[in-house]
Order: sequence, then structure tokens, then C-alpha cells
Amino acid sequence: MSIAQPASEEIRVLADAGDEKPPRRRDGVAWALKGFTGLVLAALYFPIVVLIVFSFNDNIVTTLPLREFTLDWYRKALTNEDMLRATWNSFHVAFFATALTLIIGTIAAFAIDRTEFPGKNVFRRLVVLPLILPGIITGISMLNLFRVLGFNLSLETVILGHATALISVVVTQVYARLLRLNRRIEEASGDLGARPWQTFLYIVLPNIRSALIGSALICFTLSFDEIPVTFFLTGRENTLPMYIYSTLRKGITPEINAIGTLIIAASLTIILLSVWLLRDEGREEKR
Amino acid sequence: MTGRGRRNLFAAALVSVPLAWTIVFMFAPYAIMFTYSFYTKKFPMFVPDFQFGNYLMLFQDIQYRQVFVRTFKIASIVSLVALLLAYPVAYCLVFKVHSRKIRMAIYMAIIVPLWASYLLRAYTWKTILGSQGVLNSFLVWSGILAEPTPLFLYNQFSMVITLVHIFVPFMFMPIFTALEKIPRSLLEASKDLGVGRLGTFLKVTLPLSVPGIVAGITFTFCLSFGDFIAPFLVGGPDGFMIANIVQSQFGTALNWPLGSAISIAILAIVLLVITLSDRLERAGRLDLG
Repeated sequence: MSIAQPASEEIRVLADAGDEKPPRRRDGVAWALKGFTGLVLAALYFPIVVLIVFSFNDNIVTTLPLREFTLDWYRKALTNEDMLRATWNSFHVAFFATALTLIIGTIAAFAIDRTEFPGKNVFRRLVVLPLILPGIITGISMLNLFRVLGFNLSLETVILGHATALISVVVTQVYARLLRLNRRIEEASGDLGARPWQTFLYIVLPNIRSALIGSALICFTLSFDEIPVTFFLTGRENTLPMYIYSTLRKGITPEINAIGTLIIAASLTIILLSVWLLRDEGREEKR
Repeated sequence: MTGRGRRNLFAAALVSVPLAWTIVFMFAPYAIMFTYSFYTKKFPMFVPDFQFGNYLMLFQDIQYRQVFVRTFKIASIVSLVALLLAYPVAYCLVFKVHSRKIRMAIYMAIIVPLWASYLLRAYTWKTILGSQGVLNSFLVWSGILAEPTPLFLYNQFSMVITLVHIFVPFMFMPIFTALEKIPRSLLEASKDLGVGRLGTFLKVTLPLSVPGIVAGITFTFCLSFGDFIAPFLVGGPDGFMIANIVQSQFGTALNWPLGSAISIAILAIVLLVITLSDRLERAGRLDLG
């Protein structure tokens, strides 16, 4: 599907585009556009800034003017047993969902790239569908399945749900990388006497490594933050987003701002890390 | 067995893993959901049946029809507003930002929030728009309002703001890619032929970026169409969307057959939008050889 545009590919496009000389004359339209871009960026980050600022504000209500600086909300959040348990559950789910996704998704990408089999076109469309399908459909349909199979809902069913939804991410990233991979080096490896598994391990794997790491990091954050699928597939145990969601029913507390700030900080770090890894790899390939 | 035969067998075994996964966890669930959509609700759950009552209900019951229309409306408005915000930004980045490093930094800054907690970004709007929230307290403090207004939150306005904020990066990405792909030589040719800036934009740039616009709208429309978190957090009574109805059928209302029928309807709409956009994109794609 042409809609799926993996981010790392974008970065490569950006890296390939050269610097251009700025035009000399004054450009009113350009300044208007730049101003507009600045406003959109500000609007995009405004809520995140609000979240962070109020996580340090000594007031139970999220209202201006600001009061004293406090770390109380962090103290409360980090000693909240339910929240800690939910956080641990989220790590558990995200770890196993990412591992599953990575294995199945990579094999699927290879299957699409290198093999022919009946129904391949349907398979190909189905596997990337969750990129664009509202999570509720994945959640509901799998809930139906587990009922038919007689599975009890638990964190394990959540893991299966996340893996199903996120395989699309890995497939698009890895497939895009495989398309660019020069097949001759694999042939050369075979000609030089390497077994297929050796070629895979020493030639193919290092070449797609950054796509694997990048998509793994993205899957981990997406799974950690996931809510629509989790909502329908979790049993008595809650993940962190589900815990936050259920406390929001009762009303807002700044504790959520505190834990939210930690989550956002962690997600942004992981994402920037994945981008940095991808970019560095790109440079090496060019040499 | 020959080496080749063994390799083929290995390939087949490999393919069967993801194939089995999609059959068991995607195809089968959809098939079950489809079957359930013809069943009849009966305490405590439902009984097998083959009737179209659940689907008819979607058309006949004024309440469901209203929610469907509202969901269409909101998803369309969200797509339109996101387009109006994302297009100028993508355009500015591709054509007006000349430093590669700055372009890349801004690009990242726009798409990174896509991966940062969806729930938290929706929730924060609640704290901003609420009657004791940041916006209200600012307006009162600065003297613009005499007292806080409840008008900002729990309506369609707050839902559109929240959903646009969440989905702008989805709109931005494909448009940026489409604009990047336009050969500069075309724009120069247009300029050399004496076409003004506006003319060049309308006749060259805009038509060539249609695939990006179509892809962006597809993403934004489909994902906001099926959202139930934002309506729950900031929507209020007149902001209920179709996915909230599904949610309640599988929860308190306990009518799985009806919930399945609505889910199938959502799935069908999403597939329809994808098919349409594929067509449009193909028709809009010019061969630039």
C-alpha cells in the first residue's frame, strides 16, 4: 500500500537532499509561511509543555497563575502501588509484544520481498491494514476470537493484540530496507561458499539492523502507550495507559501530570535514539 | 532431498509463520465478527441466527444514524483542518527552508509527537480547555473574561481541536514526501515560461502533491472516524462518536451482535476509503519519467 510511509525512509530522503543556496531577494510569502510553521509547531508542543509545567505546580487544580514549585506529585506517583504495578505490566506487555512483532514482522517482510505464494496480495494488504485501521476494530475482532477459543483475557491476550496491530510497522520498515538491499552481495556471499544461514547472519542482518532497531523502538513506545486494543483485551490486570484512563474517570489529579511527564520524556528519548541510530547507519552506508 | 528442494521447503516453512499469524489473528477474528453480526441478542449473551436486524438498526434507528452522521462530519472537519495546517508547513519546509539540518530538525519535531502517548495528549486538552483549565484561568486573569466559561470543553469544538492535534503529523508526513518528490526543474520551467508564483503553485505544485494529500486525508479520516478515546475525554454528550457506541455494546449494553455489525460497518467504510484513495492516487500520479 502506497500510504504507508515509514519515517526512517523520510529521513533518508532528507539526508539525500542537498543544501541549496538561499535566494537573495526578500520573500514575504516565505516569511508568512515560516511564521505559520512556527505557530503550528508551538501549538503541537503547547499541551506537552502544559503537562510538564503543571506536574511541578503546587496546586491540585490545573489553573493559572502558577504557584510554588513542588516535587510532591512525583513523590505521590512513584509511591502509588497501583500505578507502579501498572507500569510494570506495561513494560512486560511492550517487551513481549515488541519481540513477537519483530520476529513475525521480519519474516513477513522477507516473505513479501522474496517469495511467491497463493494469496500473497491479500496477505500483503491484510498485514499492513492496522496502520490505518482504528484500534477498536482490532480490539473487538480479537475479543471475539478469544471468546470463541475460550481464552481468558489477560496481559497475554493484550500482547497478542499489540503484536497483531504493530506487525504492520515492522513490515513496512524492514520491507522498505530489503528493497534497497543489493542482492548481489548475497549472491557473492553464496558464491564464496557461505551457507544461506551464514549469508543471512553475516550479510543480510547487519544491513537491515538499523531498520530492525528503529522499528523495535517505535513498537515498544507504541505498545507501551497503546489503549484502544488494550481496552478490549485486558483482564483484571491494567497497563499504565489503562490505569490512567480509569483514574481520569474519577477526575484529574496532578499525579497524572507527573507520570505523564515521565512517560513523554521516556518516549521522546527512545524515539530520538531510534532516529539517531537510523541516521548514523545511513552515513556509514554512504561511505 | 536436493539442496534446492530443501531451500524451498525452508522458505515455505518461513512464509507459513506470518501467514498463519494473519489468518488466526486477523482473518479469523474478522470472519467471527462478521458471523456474530447476524446473530440475535439474547440473555445472557446471544444466540446463533441469520438475520439482518442489526444492520437494519443502523439505518432505521434515528439515534445510530445521527451518531454515524456526526462521526462523518467530525472526521471530515478534522481532516480538512489538519490539511489546512499541515500543507503550508510541509510546503514551507520543502521549498522555503534551505538548510538541510534545520529542515530535518523541524521535520522530526513535527512527527515525533506521533509516537508520544496518544492518551496523554488527548488528556492534556481536557486540562487546558476545562472551566478551571489553563485557557479559562488565563482569560479571567487577563481580564478578557469576567468568569470562566464552560464553552470550551465537552463539545464538538474541543473534540476537533484534540483530534486535529493528534493527527496533524499523519497529514504532514505524506504531503511532505509528495512535495519533496516534485522535480525542481518543473517549477523552474513554469517560471521560465512566465507563469507567476500563484499560477505555478496552482498548476504544477498542487496537482503534483495530490497523492500526498489523498494519503494524508485517508490516514486522518480513518483513524479519527474510529476513535473513542477523545470523545470519552473531551467530547461530552453531543460528541459521542460511532466507536463509543461499539464500546458500549461490548460493555454495559452487552449487545455483541449489534456491536459486531457496527464494527463491520466501520471496517467496510475504512476499506472503501482506502480503495478510493488508491484509485485517486493512481489517477493523480503523473508519469514524470
